[in-house]
Amino acid sequence: MIQKEAEKIFETRELNVNMGPQHPATHGVLRLVLDIDGETIVKVTPYVGYLHRGIEKLGESLSYFQALPLTDRMDYVSAMSNNIGYCIAVEKLLGIEAPERAKFIRTIVGEMSRIANHLLWLATHALDIGAMTVFLYCFREREWILDLYEMICGARLTVTYPRVGGVRNDVPQEFLESLWKFTDEFPSRILEYETLIDQNRIWLLRTKGIGVISAEEAVNWGMTGPTLRGSGVPYDIRKHMPYDAYDKVEFEVPIGTEGDTYDRYRCRMLEMRQSNKIIRQCIEKLPPGPVMADAPKFTLQPKDKMMPITHPIKGVAYFVDEKVCKGCGMCMRACPAKAITGEKKKPHKIDQALCLQCANCFVTCKFKSMKIVPGGKGLSDEKLAELAKASIPEDIVKAAEHLVAQFEFIKKGPKAPEGELYVATEVPKGELGFYFVSDGSGKPYRMRLRAPSFIHAGCLPRLCIGHLVADVIAAIGTIDIVLGECDR
Amino acid sequence: MAVTEVRISIHPAGLNPKDIAEKIKEKFPDQVVDVTEFRDQVSVIVKKDRIVTICKYLHDDPLLSLDHLQDLTAADYLKKKEVRFEVVYNLYSIKYRHKIRIRAQVPENDTKISSVVPIWAGANWHERECFDMFGIIFTGHPDLRRILMPEDWEGYPLRKDYPLKGPEPENDWPGFTEVLKRSKELREFEWEG
Repeated sequence: MIQKEAEKIFETRELNVNMGPQHPATHGVLRLVLDIDGETIVKVTPYVGYLHRGIEKLGESLSYFQALPLTDRMDYVSAMSNNIGYCIAVEKLLGIEAPERAKFIRTIVGEMSRIANHLLWLATHALDIGAMTVFLYCFREREWILDLYEMICGARLTVTYPRVGGVRNDVPQEFLESLWKFTDEFPSRILEYETLIDQNRIWLLRTKGIGVISAEEAVNWGMTGPTLRGSGVPYDIRKHMPYDAYDKVEFEVPIGTEGDTYDRYRCRMLEMRQSNKIIRQCIEKLPPGPVMADAPKFTLQPKDKMMPITHPIKGVAYFVDEKVCKGCGMCMRACPAKAITGEKKKPHKIDQALCLQCANCFVTCKFKSMKIVPGGKGLSDEKLAELAKASIPEDIVKAAEHLVAQFEFIKKGPKAPEGELYVATEVPKGELGFYFVSDGSGKPYRMRLRAPSFIHAGCLPRLCIGHLVADVIAAIGTIDIVLGECDR
Repeated sequence: MAVTEVRISIHPAGLNPKDIAEKIKEKFPDQVVDVTEFRDQVSVIVKKDRIVTICKYLHDDPLLSLDHLQDLTAADYLKKKEVRFEVVYNLYSIKYRHKIRIRAQVPENDTKISSVVPIWAGANWHERECFDMFGIIFTGHPDLRRILMPEDWEGYPLRKDYPLKGPEPENDWPGFTEVLKRSKELREFEWEG
């Protein structure tokens, strides 16, 4: 009786709590609006898009080569896997195939990035839940992997090492030796992490029975990767649609049963061991040979072949070969310094005092009347003619031509056949899909990125409802999202 | 231990995508507009009117069981095709390992299509993104708001008639020209080291 009256007087409603966008546990800029009843979550509304850079729109304005570095900036925790996914999609679109050695190298670096990603995931996930020590241990090993990356491409995070049609360069021997040592030691390191948390009572309480999702529901929500496999669905693109060298190595896929945070954690821990196994097999089987597909129409040929001299523009002078010049006036319009003068249908002349040596005229001339000679600024015409007669210029001219050729090739892109395709690869976070619509030019008409983090972030409300506020942190950690990839 | 390692075999895909396309054609003869193939991937172009019925059939049919919505997106074919927009569904069957792509035509003057969220819950954010980027309205969607762009944004960025670059900074901020002028002056000096 009293209670009924009290309900009439005191209106009850849910409390509205804002979490993020700047919060140490949201792994980026994710904002969650929580409706809570006491400590229990009633409703979760995620807000994303703080890191939106319009990669899909940018991709439509760039050629297939130029868009590659954009993919690093999506999932910056495992940039290598994104690069590989992009390259495989474009290769399939162009109809080329990477050579065997490149495929094995890509498998190695892809699995390295899986280990590096899972280490960072474990470190931050444990830190969020309250286990600080694991964080420090994980970063020790992640550092080793990043050093190995540095050895092959000079970069640690945004690598851009794979290329369309292979990889940028071959791996050095020291890299393989150091990596072999890493794979020797790594299984014992995983045991170290597990002694810290695997049977830890607090860890078990915080992860078991939290964020449970059944197999059917997980598929229905579009989950992929270890997040899906924790629920017991044997879906791994490396097995379902093998790419690179995954059909030539043996590995098992860890599958959970409960579909809770703990099972997803176990899946990732076992996955790291499998990745270790794959790397070892790949090093053992690594075949000799080239690392770039022999398809000059579609791939970038090695730089040392294209450009013997890195910078042929400086320290040279340009002059017009009067016999070849038709006097079309194209170079006059292209010159930014207005150094070229002349009448129509008569040979033009370059004023050497004004010339900036920008090579615009050299690129523009259709009749190849521009000649390059070594020498600095302000040479007299007689001296130029004398220099042109000497035999030195040939290789410089060739170098400049190579440079121009490569420059144009990168800008225009490889001519892709008309059509559309969707290619998926297994990145550490799940299924990374690229959907290309090609209209026959060197740029994609439509480039679509299917980012696993985006879909997983969409599942957050489903995982959190009914749990406590503290479990939201565990749920964010267990789906393993990176907001750079989520927002693109 | 709850988590076990299983050996997943690499066996070829289930049904040929062409057969799936034939099945759809048989079931919905008046809906299918065209079937295209590129690099062993088959797309079925359909009208938008009965898209939910088609998707429901693909999802529920025991022989097809296309339970995994890999991707849902749209494409803008401004001045390229008669029907401007196409909503693209990439479907995959985890059980049978076959896939098919459905493309639903959405004309410019009526950018409405039924939502498939009741079939695949994961389509929720995909459809929101499509609305955000292309302005396609998914009827029956539980919460159709902008997702990546700010909520008060005008225009639909991934449409082909939307510019890639914004206005020049000079028009927005008068101080910018001064900065440019100053940097030009300073460029005269050669900096060492």
